[in-house]
Amino acid sequence: MISKQEKEEKNEKEKREIVVPGEIIVSGEDYLPGEWTEREGKNIIASRFGLADKSGRLVKIIPLSGIYIPRKGNVVIGKVLDITFNGWIIDTNAPYQSFLSIMECSKFVNKNDLSECYSIGDMIAVKVLSVKRKGIDLTAKGRNLGKLEGGIIIHINSNKVPRVIGKEGSMINLIKKESNCDITVGQNGIIWIRGNKIENELFAKKAILFVTEKSFIEGLTEKTKEWLEKNKKSKEEK
Amino acid sequence: MAFTKRPDGRKFDEMREMKAKVGVVPRADGSALFAFGDTIAIASVYGPKPLHPQHLQDPEKGVLRVNYDMISFSVNERKRPGPSRRGQEISKVTEWALAPALKIDNFQNTVVDVHIVILQANASTRCAGINAAALALAHAGVPMKELVSAVSIGKVDDKIVIDLIKEEEDYKEGEGSTDIPLAFLSESGKITLLQLDGKAQTKKLKEIIEAGKKACEKVYELQKKTLKEVKGE
Repeated sequence: MISKQEKEEKNEKEKREIVVPGEIIVSGEDYLPGEWTEREGKNIIASRFGLADKSGRLVKIIPLSGIYIPRKGNVVIGKVLDITFNGWIIDTNAPYQSFLSIMECSKFVNKNDLSECYSIGDMIAVKVLSVKRKGIDLTAKGRNLGKLEGGIIIHINSNKVPRVIGKEGSMINLIKKESNCDITVGQNGIIWIRGNKIENELFAKKAILFVTEKSFIEGLTEKTKEWLEKNKKSKEEK
Repeated sequence: MAFTKRPDGRKFDEMREMKAKVGVVPRADGSALFAFGDTIAIASVYGPKPLHPQHLQDPEKGVLRVNYDMISFSVNERKRPGPSRRGQEISKVTEWALAPALKIDNFQNTVVDVHIVILQANASTRCAGINAAALALAHAGVPMKELVSAVSIGKVDDKIVIDLIKEEEDYKEGEGSTDIPLAFLSESGKITLLQLDGKAQTKKLKEIIEAGKKACEKVYELQKKTLKEVKGE
């Protein structure tokens, strides 16, 4: 039984391998090119640096580094850069400018003074409505969206966000519970942490940085659990 | 006296020891170091990001912008810091060498900034710069068709010599010295950079290109190895 499990794990590992741009991942007609890959004759070629993932017939690349590329439906955290007559310009670390329209604000806005709602420099949690050629449209309507008050902001590599959240939020819920903090993770790698005490916030920050450092380890949730318990005790002893 | 022996004792087709490392600049989106012996280049990549000033934006595709600079203490005689005529030329040439490998057409109105800094120079800095930049671009997750590898081939007197050093570049006797930097797309083998200042016979030039192709394969091996050793960080 155990050996079977090990075998499966081994297979899992064999599935993923770092590829460089231009490298042939697989050749043959059996596979389909997915994200960041291209078909060239018989071969499927990597078009960016990352982990090649073969799940079934589909071959795709999981990026390891690089900037955040926005997708529709992503929750991101951004900073208000500028105010226009009908909305706000937000910096979301994406390659394009992001715009939050007055219509998409969660509460009533006085049209004469938009800064009453969000002023320059505010951090807000928003959702990506659409990604167009020239920019991104955002919305602040929804649960847990809107202005972020208090707390701290940390930046991580946006490609590590799935590991920080974990399977169905298992990792982030664990950290939330252990640190007693409210945490919002933006898909763009910006994380907002708010707790009742600054110590708790720093503890949550440390835990998240631990996860990003160890992101390539398997069974990370268990490891993080151990780490959290160990560090929590030492914190209380102090 | 004819040129029969290289000053550092290498064989004619032997390269200097190469070194490469990825992720040397923590704040950059991607970065890399590449060294040919004493020549060390660091490249850092930022973007794709919105391009300012706006009149430089291209609504049809993304723009690549390269900036090459030598640090003032990188050469024997202090280099005046800041942009220079030579620096501008090399920036442009590097840009042209790298652009065919990129696939940034979908990032309209954006720019990918590449900053190449030469820490220490002993000839073929632009080749080290291109190699570092290719690694850094890959590390930054910029979509690419393939990598770019560069090497400088020289003709010293009548011998073809790989990976020149300064002393060989300044060789005056016989036919003198010619330095020919070459850059190849690593998988398809297309030439993206070929500069020649000096003299070379047509027949010799063909040999030089062949030698360059062979040397670039070694560079590519190292680039590939370096990138594969990156571990999710």
